Amino acid sequence: MLELEGICAAYGKSRVLENVHLSIAPAESVTLLGRNGVGKTTLLRTIVGLHPVSQGTVRFAGEEVTHSAAYQRARKGIGYVPQGRGIFPHLTVEENLRLGSASARKGEHNGGDAIPAHIFELFPLLRRVPNRKGGVLSGGEQQQLAIARAMVAQPKLLILDEPTEGIQPSIVQQIEEILREIRTRLKVAILLVEQYLDFAWSIADRFYVMRRGRIVENGSPRDSDPASIHHLLSV
Amino acid sequence: MGHAAIIAGQGFNGVSLASILLLTALGLALSFGLMNVINMAHGEMLMVGGYLSFLATKMVHGPLAFPFALLLSFAGAALLGALLEVTVIRWLYGRPLDTLLATWGVSLILQQAARSLFGAIGVEVVAPHWLEGSVSIEHGLLAGLSMPYVRIFIILLTVAVLGLLMVFIARTRWGLYLRAVHQDREMAQALGVNTRWVDLVVFSMGTGVAGLAGAALALIAPVTPTVGQSYVVYAFLVVIVGGLGSLFGTTLAALLVGLFSAGVQMFTSISLADVWLLVLVILFIQFRPKGIIYQRSRAMKEA
Ligand SMILES: Nc1ncnc2c1ncn2[C@@H]1O[C@H](COP(=O)(O)OP(=O)(O)OP(=O)(O)O)[C@@H](O)[C@H]1O
Ligand SMILES: [Mg+2]
Repeated sequence: MLELEGICAAYGKSRVLENVHLSIAPAESVTLLGRNGVGKTTLLRTIVGLHPVSQGTVRFAGEEVTHSAAYQRARKGIGYVPQGRGIFPHLTVEENLRLGSASARKGEHNGGDAIPAHIFELFPLLRRVPNRKGGVLSGGEQQQLAIARAMVAQPKLLILDEPTEGIQPSIVQQIEEILREIRTRLKVAILLVEQYLDFAWSIADRFYVMRRGRIVENGSPRDSDPASIHHLLSV
Repeated sequence: MGHAAIIAGQGFNGVSLASILLLTALGLALSFGLMNVINMAHGEMLMVGGYLSFLATKMVHGPLAFPFALLLSFAGAALLGALLEVTVIRWLYGRPLDTLLATWGVSLILQQAARSLFGAIGVEVVAPHWLEGSVSIEHGLLAGLSMPYVRIFIILLTVAVLGLLMVFIARTRWGLYLRAVHQDREMAQALGVNTRWVDLVVFSMGTGVAGLAGAALALIAPVTPTVGQSYVVYAFLVVIVGGLGSLFGTTLAALLVGLFSAGVQMFTSISLADVWLLVLVILFIQFRPKGIIYQRSRAMKEA
């Protein structure tokens, strides 16, 4: 479904990604691990189309999208929950959600203006506060809104950048359950960047570990000992 | 005519001037707020609207002439704006100085074109019959005050445009896209909003409304190749004073500047003072770290 081949990217002259290969099968759940500043967010942004690649190809759903604009990739079925959540602070919860269907409109799902009912089943909280401004929600609420918004377009792949960052443990558990639901019931492929190993481990079918812009390890949580991964993450 | 009537008369003139300034400033505010683009050729959209209105009333006669003139000046200026966005501005995003110079060049070209086509001397648009005459007050405190129908019409036109724009921004899907792009361009894009289209639509809408301002202006003053210059200076001033993000601020600023100008009788054609004011204003926008406006958008992000 998603294939990255030899991705390189840079900020000006400083290279941040070096020859990254990564793939995700339909309905597969993959986690990308790595310490602060190794290039995880940058990699996600190259997939989404917000950061240009200097070398390599990005393929999604059988098509090359290396040079497609972000909105085109969104319409092909890439949902994105960025680090920091990317909630529009001056738009209401409902308007934030409606923006999610910006990509559903021209896609194969006839989303239109209506927000699918299953969104509110997953996120009952959002039904209660449709007119509240995004900027006044708590961190946890914003995170749920960001995930809900990405799901409105019914993506084939959901990309999440550190969804548990700065969120209290009880909400982390809720988010974990929601992601499990998205994965098993809605059969959406997931690419998750996470520092919180237990969380990542419980959801992922496979993992990649990044270090200084390169993938240095990959495998399946079933065959790997979290302790050895801890070792890779902490040096 | 008593003092009160004279003051009220100047106030009325100020409000009608403010209307034209507001119509001109809306496009500037939108394109600067959304795209960080300062379009030096924006005044020429007003000029183009004026000439189109002139042509329209030459081509069509009868009661439909003036509505047609309004339509043509809006559509023509919007199309020209779209062309400018696609051929010049789009390629210079993130390079404000280049954008300034390029659009300044375009403004000179447009002025020269107007000079070749219509001559340096202004052309007049004859107001339709139903706009002839004025409301005159004969008794009481304001005795002697006379308010021409054309100016009342310009004010009403502006109110209507402002109302439509508010509905567009607050109620339509494209308005939602506009607000989203304004708050977080990248996120809007990642959600599937075609930001190029949003930019194009908003930019040409702004130039179209400036064209409408030109048609309105043509009712009360001759249209000359440089007519845009004298108004765009004040429109820039309005944008700076009003800040962005709120139509309310822009409206208020337009009223302020309009009333001020009417007060000091600055309602003359271009002079060196205007040019210097323009230079000052541009320097202010460029070097006063993006002014009031930028802080606002930052505040939005952090809110
Ligand atoms: N806008 C930018 N301009 C220049 N360098 C940047 C920019 N954003 C990130 N970098 C640099 O690129 C490298 C990778 O950053 P990136 O944000 O992708 O890391 P990350 O793995 O997501 O980190 P974190 O876990 O802290 O979110 C870092 O060294 C960072 O300093
Ligand atoms: Mg990151």
